[in-house]
Amino acid sequence: MADTATAPGAATIPGDVAPSVPQATRRRRFRPNGSVVVMTLYLLFLLLPIYWLLNMSLKTNTEILNEFTLWPRNLTLANYATILTDPSWYTGYINSLIYVVMNTVISLAVALPAAYAFSRYRFMGDNHLFFWLLTNRMAPPAVFALPFFQLYSSVGLFDTHIAVALAHCLFNVPLAVWILEGFMRGVPKEIDETAYIDGYSFPRFFIRIFTPLIASGIGVAAFFCFMFSWVELLLSRTLTTVDAKPIAAIMTRTQGASGIDWGVLAAAGILTIVPGALVIYFVRNYIAKGFALGRV
Amino acid sequence: MDKTINQKAWFLVLPVLLLVAFSAVIPLMTVVNYSVQDTFGNNQFFWAGLEWFDEMLHSDRMWNALGRQVMFSAIILAIEIPLGIFIALNMPKSGFWSSLCLVLMSLPLLIPWNVVGTIWQIFGRVDIGLLGHTLDALGIPYNYTQNTVAAWITIVVMDVWHWTSLVALLAFAGLKSIPDAYYQAAKIDQASRWAIFRYIELPKMAGVLMIAILLRFMDSFMIYTEPFVVTGGGPGNATTLLSIDLVKMALGQFDLGPAAAFSIMYYLVILLVSWVFFTVMTNLDKKGS
Repeated sequence: MADTATAPGAATIPGDVAPSVPQATRRRRFRPNGSVVVMTLYLLFLLLPIYWLLNMSLKTNTEILNEFTLWPRNLTLANYATILTDPSWYTGYINSLIYVVMNTVISLAVALPAAYAFSRYRFMGDNHLFFWLLTNRMAPPAVFALPFFQLYSSVGLFDTHIAVALAHCLFNVPLAVWILEGFMRGVPKEIDETAYIDGYSFPRFFIRIFTPLIASGIGVAAFFCFMFSWVELLLSRTLTTVDAKPIAAIMTRTQGASGIDWGVLAAAGILTIVPGALVIYFVRNYIAKGFALGRV
Repeated sequence: MDKTINQKAWFLVLPVLLLVAFSAVIPLMTVVNYSVQDTFGNNQFFWAGLEWFDEMLHSDRMWNALGRQVMFSAIILAIEIPLGIFIALNMPKSGFWSSLCLVLMSLPLLIPWNVVGTIWQIFGRVDIGLLGHTLDALGIPYNYTQNTVAAWITIVVMDVWHWTSLVALLAFAGLKSIPDAYYQAAKIDQASRWAIFRYIELPKMAGVLMIAILLRFMDSFMIYTEPFVVTGGGPGNATTLLSIDLVKMALGQFDLGPAAAFSIMYYLVILLVSWVFFTVMTNLDKKGS
């Protein structure tokens, strides 16, 4: 902690800071060791359960149930093959992807102009509206499950992808508005004014100048909309039966006559982690900001 | 930033307003509607006034679920917040190791909630799970489907596993914003490690920690999927938290009136905490600018 802090300052402040430099090097040799132990233990705690799932997904069911092995003795990809060839499994992924992408597109499309309005203008009821959006992000899906079920049944959208996509807008639109507003307020207002003086119309300014400036914000908002829609189970399960059934719902109903097919269940779990794991590197510095609704 | 007053901005907000009105106001009005009516089937409804609210306020079932919920949220906050700060203080500040830590720590945050449940359901099983098997081999009795204490420990550890990284990442973001000059001043004053934490790092992290506490409280207060997958609310009703109980009532038994009254009271709690959250956020913004 403090060791990294001293190094740059030592050069600029002469005199009384200089004697502390050897102390800093001594600390550097000693202190991080404790940190390394702590971080290793913590990361081990995080990764062991995931490793165990991966381990099981690569075993046969006989090996899972009859022997207790720390790594797969006869490595098999049969569980993954089952999922990728059996329509009752892979359609779950396709269904999930369809409504998640729909939701992300809808959320961003409506949130972009709204976030711009919140970040640039004051208007009647702006604070109340902003607060009301937040309450929807915080609202428990359990409260909305039954009314959604009835609402979408009555308009004939039950068991369609668009129903789940719209239902997830409940928390994803507020999320996108808050995150985008957090990024947009960082862009100086002078840019808008200069563009208007230069004769840009609002749509042209927004697309040509403003959007590139907040590109990372849009990326982060899209990522979080994708994630929160992808990880949600209750609403997507309540609103679907067959045609739009998501992978999460399929996973919670895998008990067959011969018990649970653990290997396939584990493989399905690993496959649901893949989309997040693929982009995690690019958003690593924005995870905190996204979860905190753009406020950090 | 100085904002101009411009009522035309409403046009930019309108799509959001309409969409959220469709997906939030209509369902909420349905709930309000059910909460004050009774039905004997055939879509015939009768005015019931505040009867359902009265019934729910005197029902042991709701108070017990609320009690369990409050206990759950309190326990996970008491563990995750200090642990998260501790982890953040030990994270490498920059370079390759910092990136690696960020990536690995973010991993649990991005796993679908039902898979989090599945992971711990498997991990804790005595026959096929590493944790359950190890505890069993050590002679510690552990069975989360039969034993209340074991079930609670499992869902608490699962939540700590799932969300501590979020607290750590937020605290880390707060720590990184502290200028080096503060540490140099502390060094000149020969401040102890504890004093640096207490008088520099903690006050500077106060804002993000408040966000972390409120976020964790809200999300743990509406937790459904993870405990549902692991324990299904059992053994008995031992881990039936508010959302699990509400879904059982509304979608399992179709007790519309009580479930609606329950929902509204649940929603009011959320509204209250959201307001606290909003106030904290706006105050932070004011301080920041």
